[in-house]
Amino acid sequence: MRRGLTPINLTALTLGFAFLYVPIFLLIIYSFNESKLVTVWAGFSTKWYGEMARDDALIAAALMTLKVALLSSTVATVLGTLAGVLLARFGRFRGRTLFSGMIYAPLVMPEVITGLALLLMFVAMGLARGYFTVMIAHATFAMAYVAVVVQSRLATMDRSVEEAALDLGCPPFKTFLVITLPIIAPAVIAGWLLAFTLSLDDLVIASFTTGPGSTTLPMKIYSQVRLGVTPEINAISTILVGIVTIGVVAASLVNRRAALRRERDERLAFAKT
Amino acid sequence: MASGPTTRRTFEPWDDPKSKPILRVSSVSKSYGSVTAVDQLSLDIHRGEFFALLGPSGCGKTTLLRMLAGFERPDTGRIELDGVDMTAVPPYRRPVNMMFQSYALFPHMSVEGNIAFGLKQEGLPAREIKTRVAEALALVQLPDYGRRKPHQLSGGQRQRVALARSLVKRPKMLLLDEPLAALDRKLREETQFELMTIQEQVGITFVIVTHDQDEAMTMASRIAVMDRGRIAQVAPPTEIYEQPNSRYVADFIGSVNLFEGNYVGGDGAPTMRCAEAGCDLSLAQPLLVAPGHRLWVAIRPEKLEISREPPPPGTLNCLSGVVWDIGYLGDFSTYRVKLDSGKIVSAAEANRMRLTERTISWEDRVYLRWVPQAAVALLS
Ligand SMILES: Nc1ncnc2c1ncn2[C@@H]1O[C@H](COP(=O)(O)OP(=O)(O)OP(=O)(O)O)[C@@H](O)[C@H]1O
Ligand SMILES: [Mg+2]
Repeated sequence: MRRGLTPINLTALTLGFAFLYVPIFLLIIYSFNESKLVTVWAGFSTKWYGEMARDDALIAAALMTLKVALLSSTVATVLGTLAGVLLARFGRFRGRTLFSGMIYAPLVMPEVITGLALLLMFVAMGLARGYFTVMIAHATFAMAYVAVVVQSRLATMDRSVEEAALDLGCPPFKTFLVITLPIIAPAVIAGWLLAFTLSLDDLVIASFTTGPGSTTLPMKIYSQVRLGVTPEINAISTILVGIVTIGVVAASLVNRRAALRRERDERLAFAKT
Repeated sequence: MASGPTTRRTFEPWDDPKSKPILRVSSVSKSYGSVTAVDQLSLDIHRGEFFALLGPSGCGKTTLLRMLAGFERPDTGRIELDGVDMTAVPPYRRPVNMMFQSYALFPHMSVEGNIAFGLKQEGLPAREIKTRVAEALALVQLPDYGRRKPHQLSGGQRQRVALARSLVKRPKMLLLDEPLAALDRKLREETQFELMTIQEQVGITFVIVTHDQDEAMTMASRIAVMDRGRIAQVAPPTEIYEQPNSRYVADFIGSVNLFEGNYVGGDGAPTMRCAEAGCDLSLAQPLLVAPGHRLWVAIRPEKLEISREPPPPGTLNCLSGVVWDIGYLGDFSTYRVKLDSGKIVSAAEANRMRLTERTISWEDRVYLRWVPQAAVALLS
């Protein structure tokens, strides 16, 4: 088989990436458009960024989104890590299959259903809907992602390292804190970043679970776009794209560096001198 | 602490009825589902012993060791350490440390951090921790490596760090699961002697798992040969080799020729009727079994005398056959001789001369003989 860039797969690659990224580039370019008309280029300007900064409702939505994302990703990371540890470490306990199946469910469940279910639960519990319920909802579904990331990392970790700590007199919970957690930290951080970006750009679940007065940025953008796309929206979307890109790149870098280090350690372990 | 002479003293507390064992395992069993990993096993280990658990893969050595460390709970039975029941004590409260086959060093801590970890759990003052870590590093001859991370060490150095880490707490007993398996042959042989020296210096009881019989023979004060979750024989290396109690042990340690036959009574000259040998084999001592009882005679290849000259008539235990194969091993040559009954017997002879001309060659008719004391009669 021929490897490398032949004309055919170069074309395929270009087309594929163009399909993915041209719309986003257009959005970014037009956020710097002088004209109010979205489709007519009238020279470079950053005035829409200034305009955006003066739009209080937009800024409030952005702050709310950030707050929800920070809180929910943190809660999701704690719960998801615990679930991942439980799945990876506690062997065959009763109901393990059920539990592991259930932890994957939010990954494949249509968001509309998750949103609706959460809404019904909040109504039944009589919780006033607002940023708190959105936060809970995001934590719930992001937790599944964190659990999967953490569990797969634990599956490749040598258990005898934990046993060695126990053997040296360290009780189980402390072992988790001072041995296991530092070793799996890159996976936990990657999980947190994933949860953060998931919360940041969620529209469906937030729409279901929020209440009056608590609008997230994606909701705000969505509702404004229905009145017509303004360059201001392009500007805030560009910023959003930037944050998400940084988050995803950081998550993969953290994971990659950890994987590289692991690989190097393993190579060294088998290279005898 | 042993000091002074470099030769090893005789040390046989297991024969001393007054010596109280430091470890007492009584009828311990452990099953995983339908697999019985350890089966009604009992064992006494004495203070200061270098005890080896030897056996084929899957016979339950690791399982037994993990029960001693506290990682597995026995289904039945009792484990007593220094007179205290340990059966239900979790690993972090046992005065026993383990050295893992994978070394299991903490990758995010320096060598010093690894060694100090166990001492910190005891809440010792920082000064004492520091001196004891330095002592431990000196003991394993890595005094300048404290600042390194495990990934900056070679395999042999990691092995030493793991040893230092498990010794620094001065446990009552150190458990080692195939500690040398990951080292190459030369390093392994050096490390065997080092382990023995260290064990004498620190005076801690060692229990080592291995499936390398040479390793067990070299290092151990006693060896337990295991067979499917049970102990087949516990004895010092020489006794295991010279006085195996069953065909299983005889066959597992070294190589052996086994002859099957039936006991022929007689007070003065007990013999075994043996079809494979083609004659009666005389035994060293009478056995406490009825005539006709089935038994086996085990004889090691190096204890057979091989020659081309027919022995004088009336020689005891003399077989004749044809050389089938010759293996030259440098120090030894092994001859595989086909007896007239078709049975193949191995004989080994030290190559005392340089082999310019073989005295024994393929297809030669040769005679094998041994004195009755060189063979062992086995009933199982
Ligand atoms: N956690 C476990 N779950 C199920 N079966 C197990 C487990 N641990 C061990 N066994 C089984 O118990 C038996 C004894 O295993 P053990 O690891 O003690 O053998 P071993 O003597 O150490 O072998 P080796 O020389 O290969 O290390 C084996 O049949 C093994 O498959
Ligand atoms: Mg094993």
